[in-house]
Amino acid sequence: MAAAGEPFLRIENISKFFGPFQAVRNVTLSINKGEIFSLLGGSGCGKTTLLRMLAGFEEPSSGKIFLDGRDMTGVAPWDRPVHMMFQSYALFPHMSVEKNVGYGLKHENMAAGQKAARVREMLELVQLLPYATRKPHQISGGQRQRVALARALARQPKLLLLDEPLAALDKKLRERTQFELMSIQQRTGVTFIVVTHDQEEAMTLSDRIAVMDRGEVRQVGSPGEVYEFPNSKFVAGFIGSITSFPATIVERQAEQLRLSVPALGGEVMARDVPGLAEGQEATLAIRPEKLLISKERPEGANAFQGTVKDLAYFGKDSLYRVVLPSGALVQAHAVNARRGGEGSRAAGWDDRVWISFAPSSAIVLAG
Amino acid sequence: MMDRKGLQRWFDRKGWSNLLIGVPYVWLLFFFLLPFLIVIAMSVATKTATAPPISFGGDYPLVNLQGYARAVTDTLYFRAFITSLVSAGIATALCLLIGYPMALGLTRVSKSWRNILLMLVILPFWTSFLLRVYAWMGLMGRSSWFNVGLTKIWNAIVPQGWAVDFMPMMHSNFAVVLVMVYTYLPFMILPLYASLERLDPALDEAALDLGSRPWQVFLDVTLPQSIPGIVAGGMLVFIPAAGELVIPTLVGDAASPMIGRVISDQFSAARDWPMASAIAVVLLVLMVGPAVIYGHFQAKAEGSK
Repeated sequence: MAAAGEPFLRIENISKFFGPFQAVRNVTLSINKGEIFSLLGGSGCGKTTLLRMLAGFEEPSSGKIFLDGRDMTGVAPWDRPVHMMFQSYALFPHMSVEKNVGYGLKHENMAAGQKAARVREMLELVQLLPYATRKPHQISGGQRQRVALARALARQPKLLLLDEPLAALDKKLRERTQFELMSIQQRTGVTFIVVTHDQEEAMTLSDRIAVMDRGEVRQVGSPGEVYEFPNSKFVAGFIGSITSFPATIVERQAEQLRLSVPALGGEVMARDVPGLAEGQEATLAIRPEKLLISKERPEGANAFQGTVKDLAYFGKDSLYRVVLPSGALVQAHAVNARRGGEGSRAAGWDDRVWISFAPSSAIVLAG
Repeated sequence: MMDRKGLQRWFDRKGWSNLLIGVPYVWLLFFFLLPFLIVIAMSVATKTATAPPISFGGDYPLVNLQGYARAVTDTLYFRAFITSLVSAGIATALCLLIGYPMALGLTRVSKSWRNILLMLVILPFWTSFLLRVYAWMGLMGRSSWFNVGLTKIWNAIVPQGWAVDFMPMMHSNFAVVLVMVYTYLPFMILPLYASLERLDPALDEAALDLGSRPWQVFLDVTLPQSIPGIVAGGMLVFIPAAGELVIPTLVGDAASPMIGRVISDQFSAARDWPMASAIAVVLLVLMVGPAVIYGHFQAKAEGSK
């Protein structure tokens, strides 16, 4: 058992080289028991390599992994209490669903009856009991995903690794499966590590997210933290859409920053960010849904006038692209709260509008 | 009667595809089914001193089953069948034992190495088959470096009384099996490679991940999925090996001939075409029977999937 204060899974300064190429750079992470933790990043960011090192398929070039207090260096994949749900599911095509789910149990010292009961329990958990005797190619993609999950959970691993668990499912099924995964995680209490390139998937599934880029972890935090308080331009741009402008810090006062933003044609008030000095170059970033759009000048600071250049109607909301006098483009999302089609919109094409945002909504990033 | 327009319509719809599909069937009809029917007809004819040395009807019975009766009762033929099936069986088993690791190895090396190694597997085909058999005859002969070397090794490891002057390799069933294994090995490796290469490496990782050691992964995941490749390779080796004529003629033991040699002797030296044809038909039934049964169960298994 882990000592008090020791995290359940500790990844300590892990690096991985493939020849001269460094796939993972000095990653250090602490993951708590029972958490859903996502490794989020684009392809080639090292997230899959990190997952494979946790599974034991790759050995770290340097650094150590401790699971529940035990050093996993040199422990073979078959000796690790870590199971993986593969992106392709990797179901054994020549075995029935129940044989697949029970495969790991053949290494457990259990009576045959107990094993059968465990397989039943797993199949019930993923609601596939009626399909027990089918072969993998006789069931649907969503069902296969659940077989893979049941198989990985059957031996009660300490850690479950999920490699792009929802990537192969269509959009409707993905949404349903997300909630199913979360509920199964809650019922079993197993710690989940999810690798994904899909930020929405990471946001909805995870307790915490590590955003990775070029082998490095750029930010670790809850979905809210990485979305609302990104620590870099990369994280801000990777998670959700964002409009950003170069800015200069004019003054710090009363826990607020006053910035000069030439593209907006004026000054902006923003929430103070520690570590920024007056006169420093910075980036102002605003999420489209934080921008308000109105025909009349709103009260308060951070209001700028522009012209609607483009708008896209999505049903539940609309996206406006507003051109400012400087020529800069900003994107604003507005919820279509009132019914009534075109007439009820906040603005139409070529309308003069005001865009505004609260100082607390503005993200100021160094550089 | 089809008019010009009707013909045109038939061509427009599916005439060309029918023609293309039809070509192999026509080929099979003329070069397999027809000759086979002739062999069956000959097998029930009666041997005569005419040219060709067979007749039916007239003075002779229309259907004469003497050839079949002898083929299944005469111990000479029975022994030849057994020798052939056992030699072919041993050769097939050895090809599988040698070929499986090679085929598996081919799937585990880098792409560039894989192409080189695959080329090496096929390379022997670029030399004449006869030349390669003659090379083996040279190697197995009592004064060759190969035989002398083997004799030295043998004499060094066995007790004094077992020492030999040379290895009696030529003109034995051992020589036949050895050369057949050498000759047919690529026919085992290629279908095995084709079936192993299709397997998803993630399946091996999944089994390792679920607690299986590498040898268990092989038994649980790799081997069961490669059964179609084993069967295909086995048939490609066993069927021609059982009917093999050239290898037993050149390196085999004349005292216990294989069935191919018996058929050849009956056709040429003995001029007993009905006997030779009857043996050929029995051999075909022995070969095709198991293949048809396997195909039937395979189709049933596919159907139930």
